[in-house]
Formats: sequence, structure tokens, C-alpha cells
Amino acid sequence: MYSETQILKEASAGDIDGGELVINVGPQHPATHGVLHLVITLQGETIKKIEPHLGYIHRSIEKMCESLSYRQFIYVTSRMDYLSAHINNHACALCVEKGLQVEVPPRAKVIRVLMDELTRIASHELWLGAMAMDLGAFTPFFYAFREREAINEIMEETCGARLTMNYMVPGGVMFDLHPNFQKKVKAFITQFKKKVVEFDDLVTNNIIFQNRMKGIGVLSKEDAISYGCTGPVARASGVHCDIRKIYPYEIYDQLEFDEITESAGDSFARYMVRVREMHQSAKIIEQLIDNIPEGDYQAKTKAVLKLPKGEFYSRVETARGELGVYIVSEGGTTPYRIKFRSPGFSNLSALDHIARGGKIGDLMATMGTLDLVIPDIDR
Amino acid sequence: MTNEDIKQYISGIVPDTVYDETGEWLNANIPPQSWKQLAQALRNSPFSFDYLFCLTCVDWKTHLTMVYHLSSTANRQLTVVVKAKLDRNNPEIDTVSDIWRTAEFHEREVFEMFGVQFKGHPDLRKLILPDDFEGYPMRKDFEDPVNMIRL
Repeated sequence: MYSETQILKEASAGDIDGGELVINVGPQHPATHGVLHLVITLQGETIKKIEPHLGYIHRSIEKMCESLSYRQFIYVTSRMDYLSAHINNHACALCVEKGLQVEVPPRAKVIRVLMDELTRIASHELWLGAMAMDLGAFTPFFYAFREREAINEIMEETCGARLTMNYMVPGGVMFDLHPNFQKKVKAFITQFKKKVVEFDDLVTNNIIFQNRMKGIGVLSKEDAISYGCTGPVARASGVHCDIRKIYPYEIYDQLEFDEITESAGDSFARYMVRVREMHQSAKIIEQLIDNIPEGDYQAKTKAVLKLPKGEFYSRVETARGELGVYIVSEGGTTPYRIKFRSPGFSNLSALDHIARGGKIGDLMATMGTLDLVIPDIDR
Repeated sequence: MTNEDIKQYISGIVPDTVYDETGEWLNANIPPQSWKQLAQALRNSPFSFDYLFCLTCVDWKTHLTMVYHLSSTANRQLTVVVKAKLDRNNPEIDTVSDIWRTAEFHEREVFEMFGVQFKGHPDLRKLILPDDFEGYPMRKDFEDPVNMIRL
């Protein structure tokens, strides 16, 4: 990490007229939404280089998991990308199930998908509000949080928690749905469809907003692949990378929804992908909410899980992109090695490339649309 | 294009490759010296492995193993896992950050966590840990003198 004297020295190394200037954004900065530290080299207002310094909330989750059992380690992963906690848990549960060769009951599959999509909407809602706030618009934040609050309430009833739900377990889900679940989700979807058009008036069609987003932070298709970008960031550059489509898990292959892609690759394209994705998630929920099969919500598994010797990899589409879980097992009750391929880490690595040559004022638009969640990057 | 085709292609470049097909994907165990040459070839091969989706390292106590998961965006079903065994006392392998740029950050992470030296890496510094941190925390024999709780 940078010591204070080092930062001062570097900052004073450049003089203001004509020379290069090094400034620090973060670790505490409202636009980083967490403790991310960027050391930015500027020439006037133009960005020459961005150096991310990570690790302010590094908890070494991978090392921690090596001493936790296959039932326990899932809870820690909620703390990675806390906005997609369900989907992180889902990835881990899938990986353990792959190793144990457990068949998940149909009811649990549907519940999992419903929860994933609700999480995706909640995550995109938060992103939308927070990003608009970065650009100086305060009102959308309250609009977005109104919708998100409805989802959090649904989660609280069924899972017992609003953020780190820990609802998915190997073999299914932890408890059955709350009796109010269907009613509340239906009410939410009706409300959401009515209200989501407000964002178009408020943000999408706003000319000031468009001018700040279009042509800013352009990421080409080749670079998106090379940097390992996934999720809405890569799809905005025209890469087909929706894991739900290319490697369908659970029941995604039986559902009707579109993979949203754009071709421009700029901040506005990334914005549009996420907004349109919310509609697709609502479409998936509508298809499933009246068709939740009866039956068990959890498959019978042993009290102590032991994965056979070998390597297992599973991946899911979180709100931010491809989350991969790589487990190396020695046949014991704890994993020998776990690697989380987190989407935020790879998406962040492209930041320097796409922000170079742009203006410092535009950096907030670029960073906002990359949708960085710092615990997901640091792990 | 099947696993057999990939095997044939890899063997053409690195003849002493040992394959393992017990898992989900084809595993190719190669000597670390051949990695750069093979990486370049795989990227430009007809399979076009342009997507490095996971890069990590495993400490096996006697040696380290670098694990590279490669796939192709043109044909998503093509996947190959390349593994290279490294000496634990002096782990060294060529960087691939010029072939897949995502490797730049991932290699920095492996460097600080496992102590693997990536030859030719443009900016091999600590990324997550503090600059004055000593030791390689993801290795199995690492003991943190401050925070470790021994059971």
C-alpha cells in the first residue's frame, strides 16, 4: 500500500502548469462506493494513467474457505459481492452439487432462479440510483431505492435477511417460501413495470445525461475479451457472454428471455444493457411466479459433505458478470483450494485502458457504469 | 473440433505433454518452459482460445501448480485447462499478459499470494497486500505472526 509520504512525494513531483500531476481518488471517495484507491496521473485535465491500489477490505476469503466445511464456506461468499449475495451462494452450491452429483428438486430450482432474478433487479436498481448520483442527479436515487426496498422486504420475509441472505445450500434452499411470497412478488412486478418507465423520463432520455455518457469510456469488443470483461460491461461491447444462455444452469434453458447486447461499448451502452436487463429479469419472474412446482425444497444430503478427489468448476451470471468457483478437493471435508474468479476484478483491470486519454470529469461516468463492487474485487 | 483435435495440436507444439481427461475438461500438463510458446500458439490456433477466464495457482506443498483455464468466444464449448508444475523454492514462469491482458492483474495477485515470478511482466508489484507485507499468505505453510489463531 502507499505510505503517506510516498503519496505526498509523488503528488508534488508534478508541477501544475504543463507537467504531470498525480492525484489520489479514494480510498474514501463517494464515487468509488467503497474503499478503492486510484492513483491518477493527469496532464492538465487529461488522464495519462490510472493505477488501482486494492486490498483495503481484503479478507482473504479464499484462504478462509480452506478451513471451512462445504456447508460453511457458502456463507462467507455472501460477503464478496454483497449485492448479488444469492447468486454467489448459488455458484458455490452448484459447484458442491457438481462434486456430490446431487440432483436438486424442481421446486428448489425454480425458487433459486426467482431469487437470482429478484437479486439482479435489486442490484441494477441500486447501481442505477448510485450512478445517477455520481453524475449529480439526486432524485433517481430515491426512485430506485423505492423499488429496491420492495425486493428487500420480500427477501427478509423468506430468507430472514435483507442483504447477506445465505439462502442457498447444497441440495436446494434453506427453507420453503414464505406464504406471502407469490402475492408480494406479483405486486412488486406490477409496481415495477409501472414505475420503471419513470427512469426513461428522468434519466435515459435526459439530454444532459446522454451527453455525459455517449462516447465516454469506449471499450472495444476485442479488448473486452482480452481483459476478461464479462456481464453488462462486455455485452455493451457486443460480446455474447451471458452464462445463462451459453452454459445454462438450473432451468434457464427452458425460459424465454433475451440476451441483451449493444455495440457501441461506451458508458451509455453499458447503461442501456443494465436497464434492459431489468425488464428481462421481470419477464423471467413473470413466467415462473405462477408455476412454482410443489415438492421438496431441498434434496437429502449427508450431514457432513465430502467431495471426491478432483477439481470442480462452476459458473453463474451475477449482476456484474461471470462468477467462477474453482474447487480443488483432496477428498476431505474442507476444500484444498478455492479460487473465486470474480467479475469485478477483471472488469476493473480494463479501467486504466478505457479511461486513458479521457477527462477526469468523465472518469466518474466510466467508473459508475463499470459497476464496481469493492468487496467483490478484493475478496 | 473435439478434445482429440486439441490434444493433437498441443502435442505438435509441446511433445512431452501429459493429458488428464478425468475431470470436466481436458487438462494438459506441460513443462513451464514451453508455456509462452504454447500460449501464443493456442491464441492464434484455429481453436482461437481468446478468453482466459481463470488464472490461479495451487500449492501442493512439494511444488506449485499454475492453472490456466482457456476458452474461445467463437466456440464456447471448447475449453482447455493448461497446468504447469513449478519448483516451490524458485517458482518462475513466463508472463502471458501480452497475450491475454486480463493476466496482468491475475498474475500480480498470484505473485503476491504465492510468490511466483512472472518473467517479462510489465509491472510485477503487490496489488492487494501492503507493500511491506512479508511472506506468501496463500501458501499452505504460511503463518501470520499477528492474526493466526491455532486450534
